[in-house]
Amino acid sequence: MSARESILNRIGAALDNDSDKSGRAATAAARIQTPPNNLIPARAKVSAEDQVQLFRDWAEEVAATTDRVESLDDLPAALAAYLSSQNLPSEVKSSDDPLLGQVDWAKQPTLTRRTGIAEEADQASLAVAFAGIAETGTLVLHAAPESPTTLNFLPETHVVVLPRSRLTGDYETTWNRLRDELGGEPADLPKKLPRVVNWITGPSRTGDIEQEILLGIHGPRRLHIIIVDEA
Amino acid sequence: MVEATTTQFKSNVKEALADTQLQNALDRLQSGFVKKRRVASERLEEFEDLRDRARDIKTHTIAHLDAYLEIYQQNVEASGGHVHWARDEAEAREIILSICQNAKAKTVTKGKSMIGEEIAINEYLEANGLEPIETDLGEYIIQLRGEAPSHIIAPAIHVSKEQVADAFRETHEELPAERSLEEPDELLAEARAMLRDKFINADVGITGANFLIAETGTSVIVTNEGNGDLTQTLPKVHIALASIEKVIPTLEDATSLLRVLARSATGQEMSSYTTFSTGPRRAGDLDGPEEYHVVILDNGRTDMLAGNFSEMLRCIRCGACLNHCPVYNSIGGHAYGWVYPGPMGSVLTPGLMGLDEAADLPQASTLCGKCEEVCPVRIPLPSMLRRWRDQVYARDLGDWQTKWALKWWAVFAKRPALYHFFAGPKMQMLAMWARKQGHLKSIPSLKGWTNSRNFPAPQGKTFQQLWKEKKR
Repeated sequence: MSARESILNRIGAALDNDSDKSGRAATAAARIQTPPNNLIPARAKVSAEDQVQLFRDWAEEVAATTDRVESLDDLPAALAAYLSSQNLPSEVKSSDDPLLGQVDWAKQPTLTRRTGIAEEADQASLAVAFAGIAETGTLVLHAAPESPTTLNFLPETHVVVLPRSRLTGDYETTWNRLRDELGGEPADLPKKLPRVVNWITGPSRTGDIEQEILLGIHGPRRLHIIIVDEA
Repeated sequence: MVEATTTQFKSNVKEALADTQLQNALDRLQSGFVKKRRVASERLEEFEDLRDRARDIKTHTIAHLDAYLEIYQQNVEASGGHVHWARDEAEAREIILSICQNAKAKTVTKGKSMIGEEIAINEYLEANGLEPIETDLGEYIIQLRGEAPSHIIAPAIHVSKEQVADAFRETHEELPAERSLEEPDELLAEARAMLRDKFINADVGITGANFLIAETGTSVIVTNEGNGDLTQTLPKVHIALASIEKVIPTLEDATSLLRVLARSATGQEMSSYTTFSTGPRRAGDLDGPEEYHVVILDNGRTDMLAGNFSEMLRCIRCGACLNHCPVYNSIGGHAYGWVYPGPMGSVLTPGLMGLDEAADLPQASTLCGKCEEVCPVRIPLPSMLRRWRDQVYARDLGDWQTKWALKWWAVFAKRPALYHFFAGPKMQMLAMWARKQGHLKSIPSLKGWTNSRNFPAPQGKTFQQLWKEKKR
């Protein structure tokens, strides 16, 4: 007997006192098809304007920094100003997100933006969030051909653009939006779901040396979020 | 990892209590994890209700475990990944080695995985000519020191920063000997620099999994350092290690569980990085692993499901029961002798290793109930410890001193007059001895107790005397 069969049989034997196998399969399939509603904390249910403040408060509590600009036109200057404030060279390795394609980068001629995966020499990266979750100041990013995952983890400084329209109160809204955008039958979800969905809440941290919190152990030491109102 | 010492619990405890460095490290738990959990739980008004939800999700899943595992496997395969089943440690090690060999791997980076510790995968890979490198800072430190983790989420909690510096000096021989490693920041910078190349050059990355999501065939890791993500993104092959009870139905269920996990563990609202991984690199992706494997381990868990211990399978490995346990706070994790310490370990270890190998562990509890009070999935840990104790007694596994003492105690307890005759004067004697301090610092016949803590002195009268007085 294969290990798979043997383990499943043992589980089945333990559960058969209370239910039968086909009943269990039907219940499991039905629960996935129509899941019960989650309990969403009241904290997450705030007005659109309050979401911005809530998001910034929680993100800053976990040592992220935030900025807010009016439109994509303001992005190059805001990015250059941030890099300069951290004494970093004016260059980023960037995702090729279509939103960044709408930006007139020539307005900031000293800023170098290259697209592609992050490499060891890259000091700062630029990515666009799929969503921001006000409940805990969490960013949601996902892998795609134009958005390599290494951008989120390898460089010491991670700058993320968060369009105001993608800010939500809770996590559940984001899952629903992702499901809607992927479309198709529920059975296709595993094939369509991006290879990786990253929830990012603040920069990399560790408490492994005498429980003292230190930033930037393996992932980014700095996480800077630029909220764009008209995007 | 080191040899299991679960059968030497008592001598382990003696050593731990005498280790002042360890005692200093454990003193930090109260102002750290314990306080932070309290703050986090108090500022989310739905926290208690969310714990109920978390318990219910796990209970439902375990009651339908075979069905969810089958759905999970189908969906991993639909996304291009592979699922491997392992009945025990040996099968799991064999599967992992053969994936590494097929990939012609030389170096393997590892994210933190308790299953990895359980199956002692590092030793096995080393014995077969591979180089496994732990990348979680705490795991890296204990790997350099040749130790087992002493806490399930903070593996190096027993180590001082001076000891970390010593381990780094010994290992990182290529760095200048006169460099300063006094400050935690300096240790952090050195670890970051040293592990960078390891991440980039590894052939295989092994991580654990906090959850497996049936609906989508997704594995979830929760980390703060970002090491897990570099481990699973940069190499050609990603292997996720999980046990059968890690599966849950949907993305939304994972979300509910995540709302209680970090708050219970570190007191964070959410850990820095929560990563949902589904299958290997997709067409057009510029990074990510080309192969994605999941190893699902039983190793005694189906026995716990069939026996009286299925509730233990709800555990989401937050570590709150360790942080709040007076016994763990006194002896640390190594004294428990294997990879899972504290209350959850004292229930799980006998289930996984067999009670014969770990008969002392269920006794390592005062049954104060704090563990159950803080458990995010409300596992009745004290009553499960009692169930193990019953089995220890029924199978005659206890030591002769305890059995002898209980027998004599029963002789007196069944004869109230005799009990009173001896207990009354003894209480008065102890009370006089303690004078006004209310406790005794040393009792010759009870050194095992008084060497490491004060013995609370009786306050003059016995219960029977008080009872008589009240009745009047």
